[in-house]
Amino acid sequence: MRIRCPICGDRDLREFTYKGDAVALNRPGPEAAAQAWDDYLHLRRNPAGATRELWYHGGGCGAWIVVTRDTVTHEILGAVLAEEAEA
Amino acid sequence: MRIAGKGLIDRDTPVHFRFDGVAHQGFAGDTLASALLAQGVRLMGRSFKYHRPRGVLTAGSEEPNALVTVGQGAHADPNVRATVQEIYDGLEAHPQNAWPSLRYDLLSLNDLAAPFLSAGFYYKTFMWPRAFWEKLYEPVIRRAAGLGALSGQPDPDAYEKAYAFCDLLVIGAGPAGLMAALTAAEAGADVILCDEDTRSGGRLLAEDEEVDGQPGHAWAQALTDRLRAMPNVRVMRRTTVTGVYDQGTYGALERVGQHLPHRASLPRACFWRIVAKRAVLASGAIERPVAFPNNDRPGIMTAGAVRAYLNRWGVAPGRRVVVFGNNDDAHRTARDLVAAGVHVAALVDSRHEAQASDAYPVHAGAVLCNTQGRLGLESVTIRTAKGEERIAADTLAMSGGWNPSLHLTCHMNGRPVWRDDIAAFVPKPDMVPGLIPAGACHGAFSTHACLEEGRAAALRALSELGMTAKDVPLAEAEDAPVSLRPLWQVLGKGRAWLDFQNDVTAKDVALAAQENFCSVEHMKRYTTQGMAPDQGKNSNVAALAVLADATGRSIPETGTTTFRPPYTPVAIAAMGAGAEGKGFAPERKTTSHAATVERGAPMIEAGLWYRPSYFPDPGESHWRQSCDREVRMVRESVGICDVSTLGKIDVQGPDAGRFLDLVYTNMMSTVKPGRVRYGLMLREDGHVMDDGTAARLSEGQYLITTTTAAAGQVMAHLDFVAQGLRPDLDVRLASVTEQWAQFAVAGPQSRALLDGLLDAPLDPEAWPFMACGPVKVMGIAARLFRISFSGEHAYEIAVPARYGDSLFRLLVARAEALGGGPYGMEALNVLRIEKGFITHAEIHGRTTAFDIGMDRMVSAKKDCIGKVMADRPGLKGPEREQLVGLRPVGESKEMTAGAHLFEPGTEPVRVNAQGYVTSVGFSPTLGTMLALGFLRNGRARHGERVKLKDHLRQVETLCEVCDPVFFDPDGGRLRG
Ligand SMILES: [Zn+2]
Repeated sequence: MRIRCPICGDRDLREFTYKGDAVALNRPGPEAAAQAWDDYLHLRRNPAGATRELWYHGGGCGAWIVVTRDTVTHEILGAVLAEEAEA
Repeated sequence: MRIAGKGLIDRDTPVHFRFDGVAHQGFAGDTLASALLAQGVRLMGRSFKYHRPRGVLTAGSEEPNALVTVGQGAHADPNVRATVQEIYDGLEAHPQNAWPSLRYDLLSLNDLAAPFLSAGFYYKTFMWPRAFWEKLYEPVIRRAAGLGALSGQPDPDAYEKAYAFCDLLVIGAGPAGLMAALTAAEAGADVILCDEDTRSGGRLLAEDEEVDGQPGHAWAQALTDRLRAMPNVRVMRRTTVTGVYDQGTYGALERVGQHLPHRASLPRACFWRIVAKRAVLASGAIERPVAFPNNDRPGIMTAGAVRAYLNRWGVAPGRRVVVFGNNDDAHRTARDLVAAGVHVAALVDSRHEAQASDAYPVHAGAVLCNTQGRLGLESVTIRTAKGEERIAADTLAMSGGWNPSLHLTCHMNGRPVWRDDIAAFVPKPDMVPGLIPAGACHGAFSTHACLEEGRAAALRALSELGMTAKDVPLAEAEDAPVSLRPLWQVLGKGRAWLDFQNDVTAKDVALAAQENFCSVEHMKRYTTQGMAPDQGKNSNVAALAVLADATGRSIPETGTTTFRPPYTPVAIAAMGAGAEGKGFAPERKTTSHAATVERGAPMIEAGLWYRPSYFPDPGESHWRQSCDREVRMVRESVGICDVSTLGKIDVQGPDAGRFLDLVYTNMMSTVKPGRVRYGLMLREDGHVMDDGTAARLSEGQYLITTTTAAAGQVMAHLDFVAQGLRPDLDVRLASVTEQWAQFAVAGPQSRALLDGLLDAPLDPEAWPFMACGPVKVMGIAARLFRISFSGEHAYEIAVPARYGDSLFRLLVARAEALGGGPYGMEALNVLRIEKGFITHAEIHGRTTAFDIGMDRMVSAKKDCIGKVMADRPGLKGPEREQLVGLRPVGESKEMTAGAHLFEPGTEPVRVNAQGYVTSVGFSPTLGTMLALGFLRNGRARHGERVKLKDHLRQVETLCEVCDPVFFDPDGGRLRG
């Protein structure tokens, strides 16, 4: 598998590490309800199809990247910097 | 025996080898199978389960019977297919799965016990009593039923891995593949052409036919030479494409040294990862056997294999051949044999319309219904309209039609479709994105059709890649239509083998259906059909047909076969090439490594780093002596320790302070330039991630440290927070761990040591505890931090890594002059246990700031990562196991990390557990063993007694619970 890092271009999977669903970008505020924190920390969808997930280009430029990937076909539909991703 | 003048072998180059201890001679170009057949050796192995005598069935990598072990000792390579192994001078091959010998295999008694070993026997016969399974049945069965054995020693051979990229990967160099490669290469595409054979041509090497007016093999050779000469083409022979992966990635195994005498420098195999924009699959087809009773004796082969041995290797597999088939290839075989002067005793064609011949008797509408012969075929029984008849024969060539080798198209979950006209599965379009099947693997069986499909596939690939094709003319070649009538099995007395490699019969499959294992997947698991190293290449379709018949369904209704990587077996050593030993765990060495090793310090691993355990002095024979001395040295004079392995992250920008406030529990934005603060980081779930220091070098620059173990994790985490959560903050991070060599200078003499070394002496007023700032050592800019992990008055001095070696030597020399010296990890650990300082033994991922007594460090004035979740119910309170110190007070003084804690009067069982021990060490300062651990409600229990119990190491010690800071609790030494 290769991921197109927006900074480095097409790079091999082994340069990246996986964090999980891009929902991790939507951190609730400190005053948010317990349910919101619980959802943020623990609740993940498991779709058959497109999913947005976070990858870290630790073996490269150090960018966090939001990768849109199809869990059925493994096709990578897009990759943007987490800095620039819509939450 | 050899036929004069026939074959593509080099008769001027004899090759000497041994099989089963017997010396043989073959020729360059021979496989082990062809050379043995030429010598009249038919018995090459014993079957997996019943130890039936078996000979070679095929002439290719799909061979199920002729598996041998090549080489000896640790170099032995088991389950090598004799049909693939090229012979070389000195080759030693051994038969497998036979004891004591191939001819007299005592385990063939299994064959007599066959009624008990039928399909599903695992589940039925040995269910009871339970204990017998592990102790008796399984070991016995495993010994009796098996393939070649591994040596049990580490593999000393070299393997390699390699990567390649191309526009078009062509898999298979038969007529379709060659035509595809040529068409793409002429258009300027970067082409890789792989074939598992030693030369190109595919079936053309095995057939007596012309292409473009020349022998097929010569046409293939000329075209290959032309391709090789093109700069944009890489021709890879002996290379099997074994798997298809995402995004046009293909795994391929190249046999590099397996066909040559052993040389240590030569890798045996190379595993390639090839990334191709497009691929053409031209993998050909595999002929299928027919399941008739006793169809497994040595001398029985597929018809295509008989033609291959005849035409390619000039070997007549026998003197009297019977040919049996349901299609025109049977006739082709008989014609080739007669033309080569081999006697064809009969052609048995299951089709009533079969054509007669002048050259050999043809039995139309007849079938093979039995065979005879103990260690090899002696005669066959045929069944005609007139009844049964026995015909003497030493060789039987059988053809049940051909199965397209579509395996790779299934590697990404695609399912093929059934074609009635050729009675076979063919790939659907686009089962693998970018992979275009062409030729026989696509159901196109004539040479002409293969050439045409190969060209068309390349044209499609070129157009998808936006490349312009040139006109490449098609060569003249045969274009015979397929004429076949399905024939899967012949009923009769005796076992009809489907899966030769796993000893599965047509009856086993019918039995599975009878016991309601009607789904293909269930049938496979029940019978083990298709689960041998050949992965059902020879048997899947026929087994499916038998299952369809047994369940009254059509083949497409019954299901399809599933193929997974690898296409042919791949040694794990090849896939993992470069990742063993130091390739798996590279060594990270500090700048003081050489000086440390020179002093005889044993090195221990800390992640990938190597750090000194202790520095033995002359006369010390036990690590404890060295450790105790080093601890006393730090407490009494001064010690030097390389602490460069701790992670160092440079944090810069106007918002650096605000950023650190978010990732640390405590306030970092209020640290003044020139000062250091200890900090704690939580994970978002409220547990402790790491601890370290943040030194504010200037208004907009902090240097933070992490523990050695968590350096990578913390860097990724900080990058995530900066980029993913707070991209609005103006802050930049860089890991500088390797750029700086850093040494602890610890002990009452530490300032004295530095004062002579630094370009200017330290002003005690300007350098209180937790100060930091720039200093110079012999004109070199350095950083000094007054921090301590030992509890002593201490500094850490950092210089650019290139000066690390010389600074370490200088520091040690100066320390020795003051009565000190270097210290290692053992002493470092004791020093920090005496002070109750935590490491990842304590912050192991399940502890909170509350647990380690640092709840007060979570600032109430601000948000931080993990703060909300750390307040969850259950993460604070008396029910938590809290950090405590422990010291022995009973007879036993032994303490072990990992031991559990109990109330003294209770039974040491799980339900009574009160906590556990995380760190232990002998304190020379206090003259006792000390431990850190976690105890339920421990902070309220100082002074109580608990029982330390280590069930694994049989330790039981009565301990007193105390404050974790055993030594200098008010920190006077630290600050003084
Ligand atoms: Zn990158």
